[in-house]
Amino acid sequence: MNDAAPDKRIVFEDVSKFYGEVLGVNRVNLSIPPGITSLVGPNGSGKTTLMNLMTGLVEPTRGRIRVLGLSPRQPEQLFRRLGYCTQYDSFPRGLTGYQFVYSYLRLSGRGHAEAEELAVQAIERVNLGEAAHRSIASYSKGMRQRIKLAQAICHNPTVLVLDEPLNGLDPLIRAETIALFRALAAQGLHLIISSHVLHEVDVISDQVVLLSNGYVVAEGEIRGVRDEIQEHPMQILIRCNNPGALASQVFLQDYVVEARLHHDGGGLLVKTRDADRFYLLLNRIAQNGIDIESVAPADDDVLSVYEYLIGTEEPSK
Amino acid sequence: MSFRGLPWALWRRQIVAVARLELKKTLLARRGLWIYILALAPVLLYAAHSFVMVKAGRRGNFGEDTHIFAAVFQFLYLRLVIFFGCVGIFTNLFRGEVLDKSLHYYFLAPLRRDVLLAGKYLSGLLAAAVIFSCSTLLQIVALYWYFNSNVVQDYLYHGNGLLHVAAYLGVTLLACIGYGSIFLAAGVLFRNPQIPALVVLLWETVSGVLPPLLQKCSVIFYLKSLCPVTVPGSITLDKSSLLALLAVNVSPASVVTAILGLLVLSVAVLALSSLRLRRMEIDYGVE
Repeated sequence: MNDAAPDKRIVFEDVSKFYGEVLGVNRVNLSIPPGITSLVGPNGSGKTTLMNLMTGLVEPTRGRIRVLGLSPRQPEQLFRRLGYCTQYDSFPRGLTGYQFVYSYLRLSGRGHAEAEELAVQAIERVNLGEAAHRSIASYSKGMRQRIKLAQAICHNPTVLVLDEPLNGLDPLIRAETIALFRALAAQGLHLIISSHVLHEVDVISDQVVLLSNGYVVAEGEIRGVRDEIQEHPMQILIRCNNPGALASQVFLQDYVVEARLHHDGGGLLVKTRDADRFYLLLNRIAQNGIDIESVAPADDDVLSVYEYLIGTEEPSK
Repeated sequence: MSFRGLPWALWRRQIVAVARLELKKTLLARRGLWIYILALAPVLLYAAHSFVMVKAGRRGNFGEDTHIFAAVFQFLYLRLVIFFGCVGIFTNLFRGEVLDKSLHYYFLAPLRRDVLLAGKYLSGLLAAAVIFSCSTLLQIVALYWYFNSNVVQDYLYHGNGLLHVAAYLGVTLLACIGYGSIFLAAGVLFRNPQIPALVVLLWETVSGVLPPLLQKCSVIFYLKSLCPVTVPGSITLDKSSLLALLAVNVSPASVVTAILGLLVLSVAVLALSSLRLRRMEIDYGVE
């Protein structure tokens, strides 16, 4: 992708991973330079497996992985330079948000004062300061997502691996989180972000790796694929307190193809040709009285976008 | 890297950090309540015995009660209470995290997995030692409280009483060390650690009739060797009875051999767990 030295890259050499007879990823060769790289593909395409491989949570059946020259089997060195915000929505029992981050820093061997300072900084950075001393069990999905992000960045890593980091975030927090990713990338970090929605990450990515059924089907700069998806409608589900009012506001936009109430009455399904502009619109609407709980791509349609992009049959889940 | 060049101070801090996190979970978890109840069961047994004796106005036989305590300690306390208590505490250290889908929290820290194992084992050991040592002390208090204080003081300060108490506490601690290592390994090596726990229970039960070499591969062999009071024949009925089989070591180990043997056994089992833990993958999907 560019000419950074091998010890500044994340390198997969002919990596395969099988779970018994089930394929995770197969024959992956990648060399990821600094900047924001998105792993995009539908559910079951191998994104999380790739991330788990580069962080040592699973071991490759075949091949070799190096993260900035380090083996994932050296956690004591690797995780001083790498932070991983996983997709697992589970936490050690009984911890507050602050304790979750603080304990992680203590596990890395830091003293109380340093761990406290870094934990507070990281929590402030994800705008969770007020809820820091509440039990994680009482957090909303978006707050849990942010506290995981705080844990991943608290030790100032060089590589940040983020598995579906925008899932469950409301539009305002989503915009802030994306701004944070940009700021981190500007500092020279590696950011590896997975998403099953290209729209979600294309605005921030330097490069993209497209995955299908455990294979890397395309990789390269984002610009090329971005133009292609502009014309292909994408479906988004917005959960909010007043879907009717939201529908009336979004339907005025020319890039909204369709808006219909979700069958449970608690959300609105929107088809749009321009997800970027639509997300910006949601930010404005959220500031004008409609309480938006969550924004999530509607999966079936994401799969169709994906099929469109890679020009194949629908990948099996 | 030489032995002296290893980052011992860092590892010590990390072990303490793991133990702090785990101790809270182990000692205060609602799902561990049954372990406290189990540990209190023999205390209640002795308290009830003492209460009945006082209520009936009967005077106890100090020597007889001491022998009964020795028998209950070996038959009930070591083999069942501490055994199953350690099953509950130690198998959950890793297995519980997998079921809660939270083990990745530790695996994503800059922490050697053997250091993680040491921290978790230490926390389990501290919890088990606190719970079961307190139970041992309370049992002794509950058994002897209805005796005249002069008799008890005479036993403690002029007889072997204090030595016996220290020995029972030592055996309790060693039982936690031995069974703890085995059940921690069961939680690391097996998806369902209850099955190996039952196999160990069976092994510990029949080990008394096995050849001497195989006896040494059981925890109870060393523990029985260290118990300060031999269970008399009047309690075990006759030499061929099951109780005699459970209680009597035909060729007990010396104190030093017993302590070293148990520690070596525990370290070997922990080393095996550590090897497995280094290759352990996070795959909650199969749970």
